[in-house]
Amino acid sequence: MKSERGSGTQTHFSGQHIVKAENLLKKFDGFVAVNRISFQVETGKCFGILGPNGAGKTTTIRMVYGFSPMSGGSLKVFDLDISRDWRRIKSRIGVCQQENSLDPDLTVFQNLEVFARYFNIPNKEARKKAKELLDFIALDHRLNAPVTELSGGMMRRLVLARSLINHPDLLILDEPTTGLDPQSRHQIWEKLEALREQGISILLTTHYMEEASRLCDRLIIIDHGLILVEGKPEELIQQHVGKHVIEIAGPTQELRSFIQSTQFPYEDLGHRLIVYCEKSGDLYQRITRDFCKEGCLMRMATLEDVFLKLTGRELRE
Amino acid sequence: MIETSSTRISKRFLRVWQRNLKVYKKSWKISFIPPFLEPLFYLIAFGVGMSGLVGEIHHQGSQISYVSFIAPALIGVSIMYNSFFETTYASFVRMYYQKTFDAMLATPLSLEEVITGEIVWGATKSLIAAAIMMVVISFFGFIRFPEGLLLLPLAILGGIAFGSIGMFFSGIVANIEMFNLPVFLFITPMFLFSGTFFPLENLPHWAQQAAFLFPLTHLTSLARAFSYGQIHLSLLWEIGYLLLFSIIFFPLAILKMRQRLIK
Repeated sequence: MKSERGSGTQTHFSGQHIVKAENLLKKFDGFVAVNRISFQVETGKCFGILGPNGAGKTTTIRMVYGFSPMSGGSLKVFDLDISRDWRRIKSRIGVCQQENSLDPDLTVFQNLEVFARYFNIPNKEARKKAKELLDFIALDHRLNAPVTELSGGMMRRLVLARSLINHPDLLILDEPTTGLDPQSRHQIWEKLEALREQGISILLTTHYMEEASRLCDRLIIIDHGLILVEGKPEELIQQHVGKHVIEIAGPTQELRSFIQSTQFPYEDLGHRLIVYCEKSGDLYQRITRDFCKEGCLMRMATLEDVFLKLTGRELRE
Repeated sequence: MIETSSTRISKRFLRVWQRNLKVYKKSWKISFIPPFLEPLFYLIAFGVGMSGLVGEIHHQGSQISYVSFIAPALIGVSIMYNSFFETTYASFVRMYYQKTFDAMLATPLSLEEVITGEIVWGATKSLIAAAIMMVVISFFGFIRFPEGLLLLPLAILGGIAFGSIGMFFSGIVANIEMFNLPVFLFITPMFLFSGTFFPLENLPHWAQQAAFLFPLTHLTSLARAFSYGQIHLSLLWEIGYLLLFSIIFFPLAILKMRQRLIK
């Protein structure tokens, strides 16, 4: 068993795009989960796939890491064909799946040790790397703890460490912080930022807009298996929402008519008006002076505004 | 797809086997107890309790004691149990509850290698159990050597056969409770009616015919031949049946697991 990823000899992928998906299609018994989407992940950058539940995020990245076969289209990772060179591709990527798949029969350290063997990493090198990684995720004090004793945040960090055991060129993360408390979430973000600094390419799915804004260089928002928009987070906000958002709780009829007359784009949710505007100082002053003293709030536009505007507000269950 | 199932199996499956061995080693002292005590209990119960009632058994032209009749069968049953329960309940827990297979499938391992590793591990457990039981039973003088050593490769063959069909059931059951069906419709009848505790000739003719379809019938028969040192050519048919059984259910197990896991 030859080690495909010796420590010293690794060559980083130097092409421009580490992932190239063209007309990627996935059907389950006639249901189209991913509908011929095309996107490219730039080497060394963080690329996000956003979308509501059931939009096709997980299905898409499962095809990228060779777990799900494609129903159509073409997919290249490291310029290699996933359906033919899957083993070479998989030996160079690290994957954090959505569900906790840590091995509860093993300790923290053994989880990394055993996982390294799946990549044919020699034992000695694996142990050294495992120690480094536990240090990196601040779990070096829990080496011999059974994973079942770890908190949710610790487990997620360990999954992250496990996905780095093979020095991957591409890290694939499926909702890396879902269900974590704010402290743990920020810790994961810091680790991911540190990894990006090291030049590792990241492909991530999330439905936390804050996460996407903070981490992603580029992103796509998908829904019903289709790409709605693609771009840099700040560009998308600028294009689709503007700079500012004014939220008005319990608007009166007069205020409604006033907003209508101003020509600003807005959404009427009944009990709440949301106005998108470029320069809002004057408008906000007029609203608070003439219509309502309370329940009116002006804030910076966020990616969440873009997301809700594009994917709608109805529940996805 | 350009690839076929068989080209997706490399010796990397041993990595999966090693994972199971590592977990096994953590509790080997406890895992060693059942194959050590089980034959003791049976031999005492049947040797002391039942022998008086049964007396001697007519086997292949000679009279043998009832205990020496059932001793090799106990090894056969143990080979069946160890691999079958490993690739049903234990593998199912790893696959369904622990998501161990999902994690493995995000590494350079193929599904075929994961399943092969699990089945070979099941056979390894059969081998360990058979070896321990051989030692215990040898103390009673029921195994002739060196022919008795053939029980070890037999444990691997039987382990692959029962491990494969166990994994096949893991591929098709909806939930873990459903394993009760193959256990009560397949394993338990075999345990009782495969020439294990009484000679097949005691059964009505039709039941004898049916028993020949049971892989345990052949496993038991081979275990007896090897234990008594009665090696003859007709044993090849029985080995052939176990091989055939494995050749059918091994790819079927992979097929069903592929349908179950790869979406």
